[in-house]
This record gives sequence, structure tokens and C-alpha cells, in this order.
Amino acid sequence: MALWNNYGMDRRHFMQHMAAAAATIPAMNFLSHVQANAATLKENNKSCILMWMGGGPPTIDIWDLKPGTKTGGEFNPIQTAAPGVGISEHMPETAKVFKDLSIVRSMSTREADHGRGRYYMHTGFVPNPTVVHPTFGSVVSYELGRKRSALEIPSFVSVGGGSGQAGFLGMTHAPFVVGTDGRINNAPGDEAKKRLPGRLEMLKVVESNFINSKRGELPEAHKDVYKSAVNLMTSRQMAAFNIEKEDPSLGLQAETEATKAMYMGDGAGGMGGNGFGRSLLMARRLVQVGVPFVEVNLGGWDLHNNVFATLRDQRLPTLDRGIGALVNDLKQRNMLDDTVIVWMGEFGRTPRINQNVGRDHWAASWSNVIGGGGLKNGQAVGATNEDGTRVADNSKAYLPGDIWATVAYAMGIPLNTVHTSKRGRPMKLANGGTAIKELIG
Amino acid sequence: MKNLPRRIERMAPFAVAALIFCLTPQLSAQDDAEAEEVDESKLSPVAYINHKVQQGYEENEITPSPMADDEEWLRRVYLDIVGRIPTLEESKNYLKDESPRKRFSLVSDLLESSDYIRNLTTVWSNNCVGRGTPRGNNAAFSRRGMEKFFREAFAKNRPWNDVVVDLVASEGHWEENGAVNFALAQMQMDDDAVQLTAKTTRLFLGMQVQCTQCHDHPFNKWEQSQFWEFNSFFRQVRNRNVQRTNPTTGRREQDYRELYLVDFEGPVFYEKRSGLMQVAFPKYEGKAIAPDSFDRRKEFARLLVSADNGETPLIAKAFVNRTWGQFFGHGFTRPVDDMGPHNSASHPELLDRLSEEFVKTGYNVKELYRWIAVSEPYARSSKFGADNEIDNPGAGEMPLFSHMYLKSMQAEQLYDSLIVATNAQKSGRGGWDAQEAQRRRWMQQFVVAFDNDENDEATTFNGTIPQALMMMNSELINKAVSAERGSFLNDTLSARGSETEKLNDLYLAALTRRPSRNEARAAQTVMKAYRGNKVAAYQDLFWALLNSNEFIFNH
Repeated sequence: MALWNNYGMDRRHFMQHMAAAAATIPAMNFLSHVQANAATLKENNKSCILMWMGGGPPTIDIWDLKPGTKTGGEFNPIQTAAPGVGISEHMPETAKVFKDLSIVRSMSTREADHGRGRYYMHTGFVPNPTVVHPTFGSVVSYELGRKRSALEIPSFVSVGGGSGQAGFLGMTHAPFVVGTDGRINNAPGDEAKKRLPGRLEMLKVVESNFINSKRGELPEAHKDVYKSAVNLMTSRQMAAFNIEKEDPSLGLQAETEATKAMYMGDGAGGMGGNGFGRSLLMARRLVQVGVPFVEVNLGGWDLHNNVFATLRDQRLPTLDRGIGALVNDLKQRNMLDDTVIVWMGEFGRTPRINQNVGRDHWAASWSNVIGGGGLKNGQAVGATNEDGTRVADNSKAYLPGDIWATVAYAMGIPLNTVHTSKRGRPMKLANGGTAIKELIG
Repeated sequence: MKNLPRRIERMAPFAVAALIFCLTPQLSAQDDAEAEEVDESKLSPVAYINHKVQQGYEENEITPSPMADDEEWLRRVYLDIVGRIPTLEESKNYLKDESPRKRFSLVSDLLESSDYIRNLTTVWSNNCVGRGTPRGNNAAFSRRGMEKFFREAFAKNRPWNDVVVDLVASEGHWEENGAVNFALAQMQMDDDAVQLTAKTTRLFLGMQVQCTQCHDHPFNKWEQSQFWEFNSFFRQVRNRNVQRTNPTTGRREQDYRELYLVDFEGPVFYEKRSGLMQVAFPKYEGKAIAPDSFDRRKEFARLLVSADNGETPLIAKAFVNRTWGQFFGHGFTRPVDDMGPHNSASHPELLDRLSEEFVKTGYNVKELYRWIAVSEPYARSSKFGADNEIDNPGAGEMPLFSHMYLKSMQAEQLYDSLIVATNAQKSGRGGWDAQEAQRRRWMQQFVVAFDNDENDEATTFNGTIPQALMMMNSELINKAVSAERGSFLNDTLSARGSETEKLNDLYLAALTRRPSRNEARAAQTVMKAYRGNKVAAYQDLFWALLNSNEFIFNH
């Protein structure tokens, strides 16, 4: 009967099992667990939604415009709801909600290679051959996800992409990757669910020898992943992935046409547009059931050619609608103060416009956006110089660790948290970054 | 410092200084003694591997794990050479063979099998073009063409240097000359062959120069100019999408893609961080070629394989390091494709010597495979003890190869192993292409492409929840445990023989070993709870075997 200890089972299965076995002591343990858990939830129900712009977005055309200079490009800024903060004219919906967002305009991050930049921005650490640093979603999963025992689905979900690794925090904190349609491949059918308890019992018998023979940490990690998979596949919370599904016990409704249109538009934005909006809507549902970190991917930013037309006609309308919808929706549901929003890619793009009317990779001076989460929003922090080619002399430059430290602050994760690598090396949270003081008030 | 035990090198500098002071005399005495014992230059490649790795144990004061038993080694060598576990029959035959040379013969047999060709084709197609299969009217490359090229290369055991020359310098139709697909896959963006330059040096030379595109290398003396000198070899390359009219629909559609050359004689211009413009001419390892060469890539390929400076060509070293990494899960450098002065190798002399020997055999891939597969370190158990637990490259330590490291099966290995373990290959589905197509379709659920100019991708496969869900619930697994006619389970259950024999066969088919007495007893106890529903009991047992740690890991 040690089934759930080893592989985890959801409440229904547990109760069915209990009814059959009439064992009372574990059941009592279980109930006290649920109560304890309710208390933790009250304490911390913070979440983070990361919008990841794969390819490296030209922030000089979106968040930090330089009209009238040689590097300024074709777009003009418009004023936003936040006094004194201007953004691209092709971001009107986002401009309306800018009281709840902020720009960090002086990111200076040195990694201008896709792989290295992706790693650096996600983890706060530059790549190092002797250690795999956890992506920040894994850190949040480790810090907050573990404490949310009512959460039966993975505590770090990546929609429509996903590359990060959990590194030394262990495979159970790796991103759970789903497509933008939210479909879970190989979800169990009824027969598989029925057979599961017997099969898991058999599995325990079969593999205990191998796990106990001394072969390192991988076998144990593999077992933990199975536990998470079993939790997931027997959970009602799966409904969060499907925007058409309702489950009143979880506070989830089938999304209305109006909501879907707000996020996804009428389809005119093309599949990519729909996919991004749909992913954000799914992210909101995942946050509703308690997932502390959701990454949503929007690609297509590697604009070495034809940057302005592509932004104007494709990327920005998609992005703008998505951000506007998410902020409005979270606000209406009273979730915005508990949900931090982060927007970044692996780097920005060159202020210089190349011969193909494109912009190349640029990490020396660019922007990130952060919002919600009870932060002091509606500001632009930091600045670049006149033509955007470097961080302004009087401005502090920021690293990804500072962004993640700000996120940690907003989520109630102590900034002095230290993790230990497999080699026993202490690793400071967010690589020792500091929360941006203008944002934390 | 070079001859110090590695453990000492890891100590704080003052401690090292103190140790050198008191240890120096003993150390040099010991060195002399060893030099008398073994004349390293006379050792065969395999003996040299054994000797050098052994030396590493001594220097680090560790005791290696004992040799793996037949079962453990058998499963491993199948996975590493032919990309799948052995069939029930193959295991039985090998385990009952009592010849003292049976390991050696098995390696030779495996190297001559068609599955060896298939495995290396998969590995190298993935290395060159990734796991994706482009479709539609603007497909960037042909996976089929790439696979065809490697299939022929490995079937004929073509010298690796010839293969590299073809991959680097081919032109023409993507299926008639499949080698072009390597370049085509790196040319999906109009980027002045930057990606092609970076990938070529990384994959075939084991050098990561991509960051020197914009600045000098942060950790060694490679300069930005070098990247653009490499790059200028590739600036004559273009590709075009050739279309034709579909006679039925009347629509234009893709016929094929081809790689061709254009005249380009000039230097390459690039920008220093200071904004200063610079020029670069085609140059490799200090050797320049005439800028007006008819095909610069051919010149480049010639330089890659030439050894006139007395050093082993990097293409040999890169291949040896990568291949060693495939067998052990860790190469001599981490990562295997980032060699250079900034990243020292765990066994530099061994890497050098193996590369030299590899060149001496005429870049004979099968020989290299054979040396590693029959070596001592490869035959050690994956179990380790207190005496060698510091040998843990998973935690970032330099590998000492004192025990086998667990490797997660590649997705293709897992798929092929499932097919083998469940007899699905006996139902005789189509030929090579049909089987490849089926496996490719299955693969796509695990591939995530990044949307950028490096055309890189990740798999959501290894050790993740999606993998676990696949192993627990997929069509493939349902079929494997279905016990329908013609399936392995059906054959086994309906054959004559005792329950013990059936249990043995299930274990052998999935895990390449028989259960211990305790395991058999435990399994039978659980099976009793099925109250006579024998089929269900065996099905669930087989399900559990396939989902077990021991199945999923190559150990």
C-alpha cells in the first residue's frame, strides 16, 4: 500500500484506494496535510508569467525609440497611460495598460549569441562547462512549487517552446513543455488509468534493485519525474490546459468568445498571433490553479532583414494584443498584484540598421519589461544614450540577475537564498542580483 | 605542474606549493620507474587506452569499479554500436557462448551489421541537420538526402576525412548529392554564411568560434579576424529552390533545392566593436589561399585534412573526442565540441594518441569504434563505490572513466529498443525508408525548434514528464503490452515452458538479464494478486519492465 508514497496519487484515486483498503491512518495524515497546505497557500499565491521573445527582439523599435536619429528607424513613440513613458506607435493596447507595467531601459548583458544569451537571460549566469544553472522558472518551481502540495500539475510550465534546464535543482523542476493548443501528448485513456495502480506496484518491485544499486542520482531523479507524471495524469487540474473546459471546483470556466477574442483577435493576426494569445490565456488559467511559473514563447524576432515591415505587420500587432489582454484580464480578476509579468528575449538588436534593412544581435544596451506583481509600475527605469548605442552615462546598467531578483522580491522568495550545485558550490539566487529599487518602492 | 596528481591541482595554491616542496623528489622517482616499465609508444591503441586511463586512477588515488558482467556489457555495446538493445535471441546466443574472445567477436559482428549503419546515419544526420524534417514548398534541406549520404558513407566505411571533405565542399542537387544538405541546413537565413561557418568549425573541428564573430574570444587568444577568415571560405556558396508545375493542380511547387557557387573574389569586411571596419581573407591555421580560387571551400577542405605542420588534423581530434563521448557519456572535454587552449582535456595525451592512430588507419571509423568498445574502461560496471565516487562528471568533475556513466537513451535508441523488445520489427513493415518515416513521425512530438538564425532545436525528451507519459500511455507502449497475436507477449505466453522461463524471457527481452531469485519471487507475489488473470499480470509486469529505470538508461 505504499503506492502513493512512491509515485503520488491524486485525491480521487487516493480515496478510491482508501475505500477499498479501509486503511485509516494514512488517510488522516493526508487530511492534515491538506489543511497545512491551505495555510501555505494563503501565505503565498504569487506567480510569474514570463513572455519569452525568442530570436532577440529589437527593443529600440518597441520600448526605447530614438526618433530623428540615424539609428531611430521608421517608428514614432506614443504616450502611454503612464505619464512620461512613451513606447512604439504600434503598441496602442499596451500603451493603455502601462500604469501596470515598467520598462528597464538599460539592460547591458554582453552575450549576443542565441544559445549563450538564452542561457544567460534565463538563469542570470553565463554558461559554464562544469555546471548547468537552473533557469529561473526552475528556481521558482523549487522554491514555491514544492510548498504547494495542492498543486498536482508541474509547477513550471512552458507553452509553445521552452529550452531551460533545471540543472542541479533536479529534473522535477524542469519546464513542462506544452504546445500552444495545450494538448498533452499521451495523456492516459480510461483503461490506462484503471491499470495504473497495479502497474505502479509492479514498477516498484521491478526497479527497486537498480535504484538501490549505486549508480548516481539519475535513477532517483527518474523516479521523481514518474511521480510528477502520475500526479499530472490523474489530476483534475489538467483542465487548466484546455481553454474550453470548465471545472467549478477549481474556479475555471470555459473561456467565453469575448475573452478568446480579447486574447487572440479574430484570427487576422495569423496562426502565430492566435498561438501567442491562446498561450497567454492558458497561462492565466494555470496561474489560477496555482502554477507559480509559466513561460509563454513568441518567436520570430531574429530580424536580420526587413525589420520594420515585419514588426509593423506581424510581430507587434500580435504582441500588443497579447500584453493588453493579459494585463486587463488579470486586473479584472484581481490577480494582477499576485502575478509578476516579465518580457525579455536573449538580447536586443543593433541600433545600426544594416544593408538589408535589418538589425543584428546587440546586448550592450537594450530593454526588458516587467509589471504586475504589486511592484511600483508605470515607470521607465534606466536610459540609453541619444542613439541607443550604449547605456546613458548617468544611468545604472542592469543584468538579468537584477530582473530576477526583482521578480523574487515580488514573489516573496528571500533574496539571500543560496542553492548548492552538485559539486557543493554555493550559488546565490539570481546570481546575487539586486532588486531594482525604483520598482520595489 | 603537469605531472602532479590531478587532485593536487585542485587544491588551493598555497597547499600545492607546500606539497610540491615535500613531494617533488618522490614524484620524479616514481615517474622514472614508470618510464622504465612501459614503453608507451609501443602500445597498441587499445592497450594505450587501458594504460592511460589506469594511470589516471593512480594519479587520483581511486579504485575503479569491477568489470561489468556479460549482461551489462552486452546491453551497453548494442546500444552504443547499433543503437538498440539486443533481441531476446541475440542475448540468449551471446550469454551461452563460452568462447573467451566472444566480446571481441561480438564487436566485430556488430560493426558489420546493417544496424550499425543505421545508427551512425541517425547520429550524424542529427548532428548535421538536426532532428526536424522540413516540409512544404520551401523546405530548406532534405533529411532523406542527408541520410542517404551517411548511409552510403558508413556502409562503405568511407574514411572520415573524405566524408568531411564532401560535407564541407559539395554542390548540386539535394538528393543526388546528399552531402549538400549539411550546408543547406545552415543557410536558412541570409546571413553571409555566418551560421555555416560556426557550425562547420564546431562540428568538424571541435572549435566554438561563433562568439568571435563579434569580438575576440574571451578566454583564449582566438581573434575576431579568425572567424571572418574562416567565413570567407564560404562566401561563394548560394542555394536556390527549384520549382516545377504540378501537372494535376497546375500549381507551382518545390521540386528540389540545390547548392551552387558564385564568383566572389573579394575579401570579407567586418566591424570591430570600436566600429572600425576590417578586412579578412581566406586563411586557416596560418595558411592563406589565393582569394580568386575557383572554389574556396575545396581549398579549405584540403587544408583541413593536411597534416604538414606535423600536428594531427583537428578533424581527427574532433571526431575522436565526440565518438569517445558517445560511448562514455562524457568526452575528454566538456562540451565535446569546444576544444582549445581555454578548455583543457581530461586525458590530453590519450586524445592526441588516439587521434594520431585514427589518422594512421586512414580515418577508419570502424577501427576507432572497435578500439573503444573492446577497451577496459568501457567494460567497467556502472556501479561505483566509495573508492571512486569522486569520479562524478555529472557534478562537474573531470571524468576519470573508472566506472561506466549512466547515459539517457537518445529518443531514437529508445524507440528502436522498444520495437526490438516487443517484436514489432518481426511484423515486417516496409523497408528502410518506411521504417525511418515511421520513427521520424514519432520523433516529432519531442522536437522543439527555436525560431532563430542558428536553426537550433531542443528535445523535450530526456528524463521529462512528456517522456514518462509516452512510456506509460502511448500507442507504442499499448501495442507492446497488448498481447495480441504476433506480439512478443503473446508468443512468450503461448509458448511451452514453465512460469520461471516465461519470467526469465520477459526480463531478458526488456533488461537483457534474467531476474535474480529475489526479484522473481517478488514479481510472482505481486502477480498472485491478479487472481488467475495471468495475461493481465504479465502485461503489467512487462509494462513495468519497460518503464523501469533500468530499461530507460544505457548503463
